[in-house]
Amino acid sequence: MSNPFVENLVDREYDAGFVTDIESETLPPGLDESVVRFISAKKDEPAWLTDWRLEAYRGWLEMTPPKWAHVHFSPIDFSAISYFSAPKSQADGPRSLDEVDPEILRTYEKLGIPLHEQEFLAGVVKNTSSDPASDLTGSEARPLVAVDAVFDSVSIATTFKDKLAEAGVVFCPISEAVQTHPELVRKYLGSVVPRKDNFYAALNSAVYSDGSFVYIPQGVRCPMELSTYFRINAQNTGQFERTLIIAEAGSYVSYLEGCTAPMRDENQLHAAVVELIALDDAEIKYSTVQNWYPGDKNGKGGIYNFVTKRGACIGVRSKISWTQVETGSAITWKYPSVILRGDHSVGEFYSVALTNNYQQADTGTKMIHIGKNTRSTIIAKGISAGRSNSTYRGLVRTSPTAIGARNYTQCDSLLIGSNCGAHTFPYIESKNASAIIEHEATTSKVSDDQLFLCQQRGIDPEKAVGMIVNGFCKEVFRKLPMEFAVEASKLLEVSLEGAVG
Amino acid sequence: MKLLEVDDLHVTVDGQKILNGLSLTIEAGEVHALMGPNGSGKSTLANVLAGRPGYQITSGTIHFKGEQLKDLKVEERAHLGLFMAFQYPVEIPGVSNMEFMKAALDAQAAAREEEPLSAIEFMKAVRKIAEELDLNPDFLKRGVNEGFSGGEKKRNEILQLLLLQPTLAVLDETDSGLDIDAIQTVSAGVNRFRNTDNGLLLITHYQRLLDYIVPDVVHVLANGRIVRSGDKGLALTLEEKGYAWLSTS
Repeated sequence: MSNPFVENLVDREYDAGFVTDIESETLPPGLDESVVRFISAKKDEPAWLTDWRLEAYRGWLEMTPPKWAHVHFSPIDFSAISYFSAPKSQADGPRSLDEVDPEILRTYEKLGIPLHEQEFLAGVVKNTSSDPASDLTGSEARPLVAVDAVFDSVSIATTFKDKLAEAGVVFCPISEAVQTHPELVRKYLGSVVPRKDNFYAALNSAVYSDGSFVYIPQGVRCPMELSTYFRINAQNTGQFERTLIIAEAGSYVSYLEGCTAPMRDENQLHAAVVELIALDDAEIKYSTVQNWYPGDKNGKGGIYNFVTKRGACIGVRSKISWTQVETGSAITWKYPSVILRGDHSVGEFYSVALTNNYQQADTGTKMIHIGKNTRSTIIAKGISAGRSNSTYRGLVRTSPTAIGARNYTQCDSLLIGSNCGAHTFPYIESKNASAIIEHEATTSKVSDDQLFLCQQRGIDPEKAVGMIVNGFCKEVFRKLPMEFAVEASKLLEVSLEGAVG
Repeated sequence: MKLLEVDDLHVTVDGQKILNGLSLTIEAGEVHALMGPNGSGKSTLANVLAGRPGYQITSGTIHFKGEQLKDLKVEERAHLGLFMAFQYPVEIPGVSNMEFMKAALDAQAAAREEEPLSAIEFMKAVRKIAEELDLNPDFLKRGVNEGFSGGEKKRNEILQLLLLQPTLAVLDETDSGLDIDAIQTVSAGVNRFRNTDNGLLLITHYQRLLDYIVPDVVHVLANGRIVRSGDKGLALTLEEKGYAWLSTS
């Protein structure tokens, strides 16, 4: 007996799907060495970096796109993509906020991203403050958040730079860091994700245009949340951003990223690389709320989100924690990972991946235990609705040196309706007899009985599904910074719109 | 005032006839008990009233407060004041009991264009009822029915009954699986609910519950129809002689 409410799919609303009408300087589609040189010259990069890019490009030419993921799409024509697009007004490089094109400022305003320093982060979903449930959770004063806004290929504004500088924190576009902190960039760029790590990482290394750079000096607790907001605007353009976060000994930083894109019929490629480095006793908390355009209800358009994210716990007792809420993109394909090199270091991965309509997600993590007594925790929640497919793929490896390593993995899948799929591929490689690895997995359905109970108490089915899904994700949402948690739960409800008719 | 009027109701489930011409009228202030052997259609009636999908009304009508129930969605029936206490309350992991009940109350208030309770008023009301039902306040923070014992689940249903204050409550075998102490607590809760404006339909297998919640009318259901109605004495006779007595007398 199936519930009629679960059967019908209707349009879902994508709030961030508008296009900003500005003049852009966009390279013609296609990729060769001259494009790589053009991007490098545009950023006024030193020769070592140009060579570094070219080396990556040559490596990429030898590579073929990987095929192992549980996702299906037509081959990408890499010669049809433009590898650089920047608003014309930004062509002369970063400026002060006053000089940013008002059209772009309006874009961020519309998205709820504050580029004025006295405002707070509203984020990826609008109108979160009027949440009627918030009187149950209690409202606290919201902390300030510094924002780096990346529009297509360039960073257009970074807020609170001065205040951060007082604490010695560097938070700026990576293109700027190449100029101001070349020694740090040179030392760490590609140190966690080597140039030829994989097909998309090699492509990114060759043509990355911008992204955020964060440096937290020894013993400093970053005084505010740092946040980067990625926006793809131009058509037929790939976004290849690069993020590098370095936390020196005894430091702490919490970093958030958000993403949106206009609704377009063509698929657009987003191939980012994120590298995190934590030294002795340092802690990096990296949160993502990914809301790229997912395509329409028939599976047309949407972002291909093929991202390499990896952190290295180099120092003893260091800690890297990934939290991600993935609701957007036509295809999400990423595995934020931690290399646990330092003794007693800790890796965490908390994930909610929601797919609706024809969306596909193949996501998970890798925890590579090398140091002694290293610990990792993986909590992955996959939610599938419509005709979508959600896959958890994770690797836990304990090397012979990882004496006393521990891992706990929990993968839960929730199905809404009967045309979607959930898959779990856990890989465990233990080369150490003293390691303890636990894995738990469950699959459940939003049952007709649950919906009926909610409705019998007066709650409409759409709200009921939202509530049930939010309950399912609670463990992960708890790991998000407060202001993002409320938003993530809202976003989930928006993304589920139409999952029940 | 007539709360519920069921007239010559015929219902099939998966093509199988379950109810065959059931008629029943409940007036405001009345408590009706519905008894009958397994498979006689007791729970089917409860589910049809609440509007659970999968039940086909082939003929007959149901009016609740004068409205044709057939035309209303499940939640609209709830907004109108129809409540069903489940025989097997389902779990909703991760959604706290409190969150669930607040959402239910708010949804009903919104549908009736009433002011919702504030968070504080709500908390006060829930805590008071929980205490009356001998429920540890901790359980309000737990997931809906998640890991509850059978008795806790049933008490949780009564808590919702007392909180939502419906006009007609259908209790589907609320006494099954309860020990004698729990039956007393639950019955005390149900008796607190009773007043001259609302009505109760108690579905039960056992006369025992009716010692604590005294019905005005007792009906016996067999083969999808009410075959006999009487006062509470009927329940005692049934207890003594069994359902077989009905077909022989």
